[in-house]
Amino acid sequence: MAPSYFAGVDCGSWNTKAALIDADGRLVATAVVRTGADVQAAAARAVGELLERARVERSALAALWSTGFGRHALTLADGSRTEIDSHARGALQFFRGPLTVVDIGGQDAKIIVVDGEGRRVAHKMNRKCAAGTGSFLEEMALRLDVRIGDLPALAAGSTEEIALGSFCTVFTGTEVLALIRQGKRPADLARAAYRSVVKRVLEMERVEGQVVATGGVVAHHPLVVQLLSEAIGARVAVPDHPQEIGALGVAVAARAAASG
Amino acid sequence: MAIRGRDRREGEAQLRSTARLKEIMAAHFAGVDAAARGRTAPVAWCTSVGPVELLRALGYQVFFPENHGALLGASRVANETMARAHALGYSPDICSYLTSDVGAYLSGKTPLSRYGLERVPRADLLLFSTNQCREVRDWFEFYGREWGAPVVGVTSFRDLDEVAEHHVDAIVRQLEALVPALEAVAGRRLDAARLEGAVARSRTCSDLWRDCLRSSAARPAPLTFFDATIHMGPAVVLRGTAEACDYYRQLAEELSGRAGAGAGALPRERFRLYWDGMPVWGRLRDLAGLFAELETSVVASTYCNSWVFDALDPGDPLRSMARASLELFIARSEAPKQRYLERMIREFEVDGVVFHDSRTCPNNSNARFGMPQRLRKELGTPVLVLDGDLNDLRCFSDEQARTNIEGFVEQLEGSGKATAAPVRA
Repeated sequence: MAPSYFAGVDCGSWNTKAALIDADGRLVATAVVRTGADVQAAAARAVGELLERARVERSALAALWSTGFGRHALTLADGSRTEIDSHARGALQFFRGPLTVVDIGGQDAKIIVVDGEGRRVAHKMNRKCAAGTGSFLEEMALRLDVRIGDLPALAAGSTEEIALGSFCTVFTGTEVLALIRQGKRPADLARAAYRSVVKRVLEMERVEGQVVATGGVVAHHPLVVQLLSEAIGARVAVPDHPQEIGALGVAVAARAAASG
Repeated sequence: MAIRGRDRREGEAQLRSTARLKEIMAAHFAGVDAAARGRTAPVAWCTSVGPVELLRALGYQVFFPENHGALLGASRVANETMARAHALGYSPDICSYLTSDVGAYLSGKTPLSRYGLERVPRADLLLFSTNQCREVRDWFEFYGREWGAPVVGVTSFRDLDEVAEHHVDAIVRQLEALVPALEAVAGRRLDAARLEGAVARSRTCSDLWRDCLRSSAARPAPLTFFDATIHMGPAVVLRGTAEACDYYRQLAEELSGRAGAGAGALPRERFRLYWDGMPVWGRLRDLAGLFAELETSVVASTYCNSWVFDALDPGDPLRSMARASLELFIARSEAPKQRYLERMIREFEVDGVVFHDSRTCPNNSNARFGMPQRLRKELGTPVLVLDGDLNDLRCFSDEQARTNIEGFVEQLEGSGKATAAPVRA
């Protein structure tokens, strides 16, 4: 049987994501593994898990493309696209343009504007700072003495609104320490950290029209989506598999290239 | 880690004029150094778009510290030296040319060692114009204190909508007032004919340099922004001399020949971009390689056109110098800047504009008051804003820059202007 599947691998700073689509572009399976210090090994693990989950042989892959910060390092990839392109393509599998895609990942945040024809017309990435990204939340979790995975549950117990800065992770970390000394509750500070992420993202670019949120932070910290919706006064849509949307998008790009 | 891109020289035709460029730049540095060491001629420091013609007419050897700043950035020595200036109270948020140059002086380092210079030439006088920023004055005053040398200059207008006669009058009066101080150090009187000659040569240099830059209106472009930042050296440091005119005659002829033969600077030119703002000197080669890899030619820039002075007129030297210094892009308000960018976008038929938002150079960063968004909305021109700096590489993320640029070219591919071709791993 001729190879008919297309795989995408998104080499992220925290996690490596993989997605598999069939010849008709239907999503077959996804996988997520920790990236760690070895991008190649993480990608191999993610693809291995992906194929096992889908019960598809490696030889059935027509192409495997990469995206994310490690995209150029991946020797097993046949081609690559930026995560900007991949997240837009991935979001378009679920929603029609015009869209504003807000992607919040471990190391960066992006706003991607897609027109009614599905063409990307603009994008903006965060500045060289962790503010507004998953790394910021990790730093805040450290200050609040909880694991990052426990931050959503902590924030759920918030009863008081506290404003935190969104300019610099170190400055905000210091601000949190001062507020702890003043007796502020960790639950309220956790929620404030999420609000800080939203504030930072909204400073990057004007967010208009149908807003779609993607990325690992969106997948694991749904409060961000709720706060983003409140901030813009409109519903923010989240696709299935928000964390793997980049991997899906680059698989779609591989399929598009194969079909000319 | 630098941005990964192939060597930009691969597959690209070298300009023959480059050999001559190296010769005259080396001769310039050697000449100023010899004058400073041997006391054979007065030595002045001058800002890059300052009133250099007065200095030429009075027989000064002229050194341009912004050129030195660029060399410190390009050689990446800047990143070793800036901390010395920061510790002295010069903030990391002010011009990194200033901090890297002052730090280099304090560290006893200079990339001019490749030209045989042990240190920057000591100035007998420092002449500034604040038409570009205030930092140049503060920069010169450091050396003025260090060497006990006079610091004189023009406090110029900025953010001008239109250059009116009263603006020009005020600058002329300041230029006239400078003359006695310049004469005192030079030990001679200003000769009107010599000043006219210097202005005439500056104008010729300006016209020829503009011809070189305009050659890239051709498809494919024979000269990229990255090469132009190197070839503009004589327009900065030798303006007002015959050597600069001779050089640009040669370069203009070569570029005209290239354009006529349909030979581009890149082997293939899928897209054409405009660069606004300062170069990222420490990543010049890497960025050139990345754009070449993406088959995207950066064909024009605001920066390289900053040494085009249409107003210079040897028949009215001081007044035309004043007008030229005020008409500069950097001295203008948002509206004329936008009109200028719109004209360049049309003239060079670019597919998009890259704005470099240079952290320590707000005066030469034009993405801070909504300009990219206005151009996108009003002209439909795709725009990209890159965060970075002219010399301080701590403000520049290689990975983010690469992703931003690749993503921008993917956007252009997707807009139907070229056949989509994925970036290969």
